[in-house]
Amino acid sequence: MQAAKPVERRDVMAVLSEELKEKIRAEFPKYPNKRAVTLPALHIVQDATRSVSLEAIREIAELLELHPAEVHDTMSFYGYFRDEKHPLGKHRVWVCRSISCMLRGGEDLLADLCEKWNVKPGETTEDGKITLEFGECLGVCEGAPCVLVDEDCHPCMTAQKVDEILKKS
Amino acid sequence: MPKCEPVLLARVGKPDSASLATYQRDGGYEAFKKALKMSPEEIINEVKTSGLRGRGGAGFPTGLKWTFLPKNHAGPIYLAINGDESEPGTFNNRILMEEDPHQILEGIMISCHAIKSNTSYIYLRVEYGKSYRVLKQAIEELYAAGLLGKNILGTGFDLDIYLHRGAAAYICGEETGLIESLEGKRAWPRIKPPFPAIEGLFRKPTIVNNIETMACVTHIINRGADWFKSMGVPPDPNNPRDAGSYGPKLYCLSGHINKPGCYEIPLGVTSRELIEEYGGGVPNGRKVKAVVPGGISMGFMSADELDIPLDFNGPGKAGCLGLGTAAVVVVDDATSMVDVLFNCARFFAHESCGQCTPCREGTAWMQKILWRIRSGQGELRDLDLLTEVAGSMGIIPGTTICGLSDGAGWPVKNAIQKFRPEFEEFIKSGKKVIRHAEELMAAAH
Ligand SMILES: Cc1cc2nc3c(=O)[nH]c(=O)nc-3n(C[C@H](O)[C@H](O)[C@H](O)COP(=O)(O)O)c2cc1C
Ligand code: SF4
Ligand code: FES
Repeated sequence: MQAAKPVERRDVMAVLSEELKEKIRAEFPKYPNKRAVTLPALHIVQDATRSVSLEAIREIAELLELHPAEVHDTMSFYGYFRDEKHPLGKHRVWVCRSISCMLRGGEDLLADLCEKWNVKPGETTEDGKITLEFGECLGVCEGAPCVLVDEDCHPCMTAQKVDEILKKS
Repeated sequence: MPKCEPVLLARVGKPDSASLATYQRDGGYEAFKKALKMSPEEIINEVKTSGLRGRGGAGFPTGLKWTFLPKNHAGPIYLAINGDESEPGTFNNRILMEEDPHQILEGIMISCHAIKSNTSYIYLRVEYGKSYRVLKQAIEELYAAGLLGKNILGTGFDLDIYLHRGAAAYICGEETGLIESLEGKRAWPRIKPPFPAIEGLFRKPTIVNNIETMACVTHIINRGADWFKSMGVPPDPNNPRDAGSYGPKLYCLSGHINKPGCYEIPLGVTSRELIEEYGGGVPNGRKVKAVVPGGISMGFMSADELDIPLDFNGPGKAGCLGLGTAAVVVVDDATSMVDVLFNCARFFAHESCGQCTPCREGTAWMQKILWRIRSGQGELRDLDLLTEVAGSMGIIPGTTICGLSDGAGWPVKNAIQKFRPEFEEFIKSGKKVIRHAEELMAAAH
């Protein structure tokens, strides 16, 4: 009887550039083990490629000396990371829906933006420019309702103001 | 309550307040230098004497927590700083980090010397982009100035501080969820004991402390324990478990209020004073219907409980879970408590980490029942059902691993107990009040 052939790994192009890998390796000295670099690595990859693909998970796992399932387990726990079927647009926009913002119209602001951009929460505009999501308390409750655009949170927002911020970004 | 000179917020809003140069010009890092001349035991004693209790929500005495570390441990010992600030209504950590990062870093450096740690991680929620940039720069400045790294100021003390970004999950604020997340895993809180001081990050002794707690440590070493203890409220003689509420506190005020913001006030201000003297009252001449005393996990106080002091012991007297984060959210009398409670329930259903069945199922069902009520399909017996579910989940009834569950049940119990006629009237009316945005979001998740 012939021995079963080892399952061949599909030949996928590496998705992590040497530069990204170097960025991930640069995190190693901060921690006593490589597993702790899981979240930093996921951030580095998602920031650069707008999602974390299965192949990227494999490559991260290889770098961190983990099983890909371990990286996937962590990644899928945090709704923050997106797989390749749901990549982020150029900009990520979160409308806060928690209590202080809700009391000052946060949820209706989300509905307005959905209509304006013709998307449902979680979706990306057709031109790939904006991914619209809701967020829980963004920690800017004194500026309710507030909206996070990429790295910065903006207080006292209206649909028009959000649009203006995005036009400038 | 007489207004006091701000200490924690003293430099907020000043030009270039985040830079090392202005911080040192204002006397910064003198406390650290003083601490380096003190023994770790002396620092711990000073912090113990001050009566400082953790500002992150649980109010545990900080100096006492530090003494739980094993004696003569070979190391490493870690200090994990909780910058996950995600309790709805809370934003004081953000203001400190964005505006005056060095007073936090100085507190971390003093604390590391006290607990004999050479490594500290700041776990920062990912949504705080500006905090990240400001802290990163401040840490780089410290390395460049020889205040971090090896053999600091020639004393032989080594210290590294690293920033670690979270990924938008509330449960990462629970201290053992934070530890698991930092280790690169899903943020499933651990069963305690062992407590982190014995076995924490990377299975080593670990202290977890909040950002504001660290800022307090700086000023306690600078100004002395007596200064800290001169403010606040002594232990309640009727509550043998109350350790007193000392020092200044950063109260966050938001919701239906004319002047929302972060106010530094000695512990023990009442909600009424906060709303009227600091917050400029409720907009449009409306009245207060309810107040969240310390983030939604703490439950609700009603309009006739506004004179209860917001110290560690006060909110409990009104049946609330505690002071929490001292984030006060004001709800006016034009707002439906049914809507407010649904918003809270939805938050916890979204944020439960799912590992304990009573919490995963309980939070999901409370949200579903409240949705049904708001769809006009509720029945009066739903109120008892909600109360029963809320009462059966948490560390207090002993059914779950962490306190998220207690915090999920509390607003439900408080709201139904304190506003029952409003809930009954709503159910009887059969009104449907679910808004378009809520339907969109429900379809998304
Ligand atoms: C569900 C949950 C969320 C929490 N979130 C935070 C948080 O965002 N920030 C924080 O400092 N503490 C938070 N805590 C409290 C921490 O577990 C811990 O008590 C605190 O960080 C200890 O620091 P302290 O003693 O300086 O307050 C949370 C607790 C629970 C149960
Ligand atoms: S109580 Fe809830 S949040 Fe806490 S560990 Fe259990 S399931 Fe997770
Ligand atoms: S509730 Fe929206 S930022 Fe806090």
